[in-house]
Amino acid sequence: MDLGPYLLLASLEGAVQAAVLALTAVGLSLVFGVMRIVNVAHGEFFMLGAVFAWWIATFFGGHPAIGFIAALLIAPLLTGLVAVIVDWFVLKRLEYDPEGTIVATIGVLYIIQQVVLMTYGPDARPVEAPFNHRFYFPWFGYSSYKLFVIAAAIAILIGVWMIMAKTRIGLVLRATQLDRETATAFGIEVNRIYALVFGLGAALAAMAAVLIVPIQQAHYLMGGDPLLLSFIVVIIGGLGSLRGTVVAAALIGMSDGIISVFFTPTLAKILATLLVAMVLVYRPNGLFGTRSA
Amino acid sequence: MADKIIKPKLKTRRNLLKSIGAGTGILAGATALPGWVRYSQAQTSEPIRIGFQVHRTGIGAAYGRWYDRTTTAAAKLINDMGGINGRALEIIAEDDGTDPKRGAEVLEKFANQHKCDLAFGTLFSHVVIGSAPRAGELKLPYFVVSEGHHVASGMLNRYTLQPGITDVKSQVQAMAPFVADNLGKKVTMIFPDFAFGHDHRDYFSAAIEKQGGTVVAKIAIPPTESSFTKYFPKIPRDTDVIYHVMVGPAVLTFVKEMGEFYGPNKPQIFGFIDSLEAVDLNSPGLEFLEGSYFWEGNPRYAQANQSEHDKFYRAAVGVDDNGASVSDPKDVSTYSHMFGCWETLFTIKTGMEAAGYQGTDDRSKLIEAVESITDIPLSREHPQGAKVFNSKTHQVFGHQYISKVEGGKLKLAHTTSIEDTLYPDETDYTKQSF
Amino acid sequence: MTANTKSWALHIALLVTLFTLQFVLPAYHQGNIARIMMLAVFAMGYNIMFGYTGLLSLGHALFFATGMYGMGLSIQHLGISPATAFVCGIVAALLVTATVGVLALRTSGVAFMIVTLMFAQSGYLAVLFFGEYTRGDEGFVIKQAQRVIASVDLADATNRYFAALLLFALCIAVTLKLVTSQFGHVLVAVRENEERAQMLGYDTFKYKLAAVLISGTISGVAGAGYGLLFGYVGANFATVQYSIYPLLWVLLGGAGTIMGPFFGTLFMFYLIDLASDLTSAYMLIAGVALVLLTLFARNGLMGEIRKRVLPWLP
Repeated sequence: MDLGPYLLLASLEGAVQAAVLALTAVGLSLVFGVMRIVNVAHGEFFMLGAVFAWWIATFFGGHPAIGFIAALLIAPLLTGLVAVIVDWFVLKRLEYDPEGTIVATIGVLYIIQQVVLMTYGPDARPVEAPFNHRFYFPWFGYSSYKLFVIAAAIAILIGVWMIMAKTRIGLVLRATQLDRETATAFGIEVNRIYALVFGLGAALAAMAAVLIVPIQQAHYLMGGDPLLLSFIVVIIGGLGSLRGTVVAAALIGMSDGIISVFFTPTLAKILATLLVAMVLVYRPNGLFGTRSA
Repeated sequence: MADKIIKPKLKTRRNLLKSIGAGTGILAGATALPGWVRYSQAQTSEPIRIGFQVHRTGIGAAYGRWYDRTTTAAAKLINDMGGINGRALEIIAEDDGTDPKRGAEVLEKFANQHKCDLAFGTLFSHVVIGSAPRAGELKLPYFVVSEGHHVASGMLNRYTLQPGITDVKSQVQAMAPFVADNLGKKVTMIFPDFAFGHDHRDYFSAAIEKQGGTVVAKIAIPPTESSFTKYFPKIPRDTDVIYHVMVGPAVLTFVKEMGEFYGPNKPQIFGFIDSLEAVDLNSPGLEFLEGSYFWEGNPRYAQANQSEHDKFYRAAVGVDDNGASVSDPKDVSTYSHMFGCWETLFTIKTGMEAAGYQGTDDRSKLIEAVESITDIPLSREHPQGAKVFNSKTHQVFGHQYISKVEGGKLKLAHTTSIEDTLYPDETDYTKQSF
Repeated sequence: MTANTKSWALHIALLVTLFTLQFVLPAYHQGNIARIMMLAVFAMGYNIMFGYTGLLSLGHALFFATGMYGMGLSIQHLGISPATAFVCGIVAALLVTATVGVLALRTSGVAFMIVTLMFAQSGYLAVLFFGEYTRGDEGFVIKQAQRVIASVDLADATNRYFAALLLFALCIAVTLKLVTSQFGHVLVAVRENEERAQMLGYDTFKYKLAAVLISGTISGVAGAGYGLLFGYVGANFATVQYSIYPLLWVLLGGAGTIMGPFFGTLFMFYLIDLASDLTSAYMLIAGVALVLLTLFARNGLMGEIRKRVLPWLP
């Protein structure tokens, strides 16, 4: 294929990846920024979203769009609920100790994976896309659903931004992020805020998973990559900066797509990985970071 | 028909052979009256313990579940037939997490903790290679069901054998004549950037060149990849045939995205069923595979000329005519691989009977007995087809199947001869001491 | 007795116990303890950076795997003796650690975690990329004949146990000496408050780099030793999982304690092994145990003991 169309295709693919990554990473970024903890189980919340989506879609049956819309509404809620329970029973009792939460969330990761393996099984299962028209470019075909994923992710991100910027709850979140003690002094119930943030972070990951699951399949080990990638994105973007997170997701998603045009696939992955490392070596606070980690 | 059932030709121990023939002839009667046959010549009430290294968790779990079911069914049948040498067979399953380090630990557990007579059943190559050195050190016979080329390449040791499933090198080279004659000469290969994928790349490239074809592009996909569309433009325009083999949970995405990319104007497609093992062929997005070809280790859909043996085996494991579980038609089996567990267990039985196996002191006798098996005829014990066992390389060779997707089902189009799959020996394990 | 004498006595007692255990343990557990000692060396290497210097790396699989592949590839392709190959592995680990250390130490905190993670991930992918030599994910076997050092066959269970014990004992001695020295105290000062250590006139970068070098090299020793003792070199050991494990073992056993990594490794190994006898859902049990442990023994096993019983524990 000529370079032009190839770049177009790679950019489209990069954009889909970036969109899903941005959603997942914004969830992690919220948790990271507000609660100052590393949630190693974030990828498992992503996986739970996909698995719930499969269950919901199967339960509703009928036209694929019904199941998909139901999944988009219900799966994030259920996943958020699981996260709130984890927060309540584990993280709160640990008083959000940074090292303790790492081990505890590794434990949570094992628990969630194993429970899903026992109930949902080891197979990768597809959820049907709500619509599946193909665009025919002169050089290749492309699924319209993938374009929808980009649009939907952007819409959800705008929604998150509105909540953070325009609502009272957003104000409270930002206040807690900036200064936990002062927020407490102003009568903000930090524990509730933390539970809310943890649930919201998980719900965003689940939403990303519902969007991706008609393209990829729900599988009990699918959480590893989203965790690593969104972790990277959050740091590259700069801690505590949602804007940075989104920009970094776009950069990483797109560069992954475009680097793959010019190198053999595995070499492209190595280069993309080293690039991330070198960006941080020369900009240790990330691209938009204001405070050092 | 009892005498047709199993007649492994032993180069030595001909006297013993006669008694095996008589012993295993019970099969037909035993299956008619399950559980009825007594453990007649029981010299010890201790069961024969087979350690089953199973991928219950980790990347191999979808295969592991079916390996487990097949093994359980075969063990039950063997016990219904009266066990081995009059002793019951006990399968001791341990999860290896599809991890080579844990795999080696599990072998130690079999040998030292559970006092198993032998270990069996591993699929993923890296687990086999990680575990085999321990099997050699522990002097524990290790029967793998992996289709890797590791055994025949001489990398492992005398205690490791693969008598129930053919290896990737023989499978791949046997495909080349069919691909070149029926699909085209210019091939693009898409494979995982794993040793398994590299075996496909190297052996198929060599084989297709012998047929006058060429591999015009080799696209190795990194293992962590979950989307594939961006790699398809690397397929040259003048490609006649796409040869694909993928493994892992992302296989369905791969095939679907290939369909989206090409639409109706696709080149010929030839795939290894690994790309869709345990996946329903009627999953959304797979319609475009209609008319494409697959290698199958054992035809997933019951064919028009289905053998009586396949019918029997399907029923025993609980698989329907579409290759799915009889209890859940959505639960598709790993039909092209799991027969290896069934056949290996019966080969172990034959070997133990020929060796007069009594206990762990007879382990080397068991290996020698298996090494003296050459021809394995099609039978209930070997429902995938007749096979030839190479005692020097510890590897079995057998027929390969090529199926065409027609009406959302796989229909057998070609069966290779065993000769197509042979290649010169790369090692001689019988020269190694025990 | 001074704290120093007491701690040497305690650690020597542990080594003597491990020595004696060899004669009483059943074969299966003998093999397990040999493994655990090698993995504990890995964890102890990790602990130098994480427990004593406060540098949380997510890339130690790279150092472990470099040791392993440095050793394995040189046996496989250069055909040199196992002893020389072992040294090759360690030198390779030292070089890789130095490169990663110099670059990664420009960052700190979470950025440091990511940079080390990314280097380790590139290392893993490189193993796959050079599959022609490494056999990619499958890895390769180091044959019994290639594992004989000074006519001691390392494939033999007893020899293996003693070889592992020797490396483990060396590692205990080196780290114990290290953390009780002036140098070790500066590392702890860096962990507690780097700015203050700088104000006191210490070049903290040099100290951190030294900690990284020691940590990475010990991890390389563990990797080379593990490959040599158990006869297998594979890409699995380079995956991110093997960067998480030492962190987990150290946190479980007690960060910043000498014996903690050993007990953390021991605990995790037998937790999985015993749980898998009870149920195929053993990861569930492991998960619950981890959560409970962090809830009720937050400083890890040795950390709790230091806090409650033996305040002089190094």
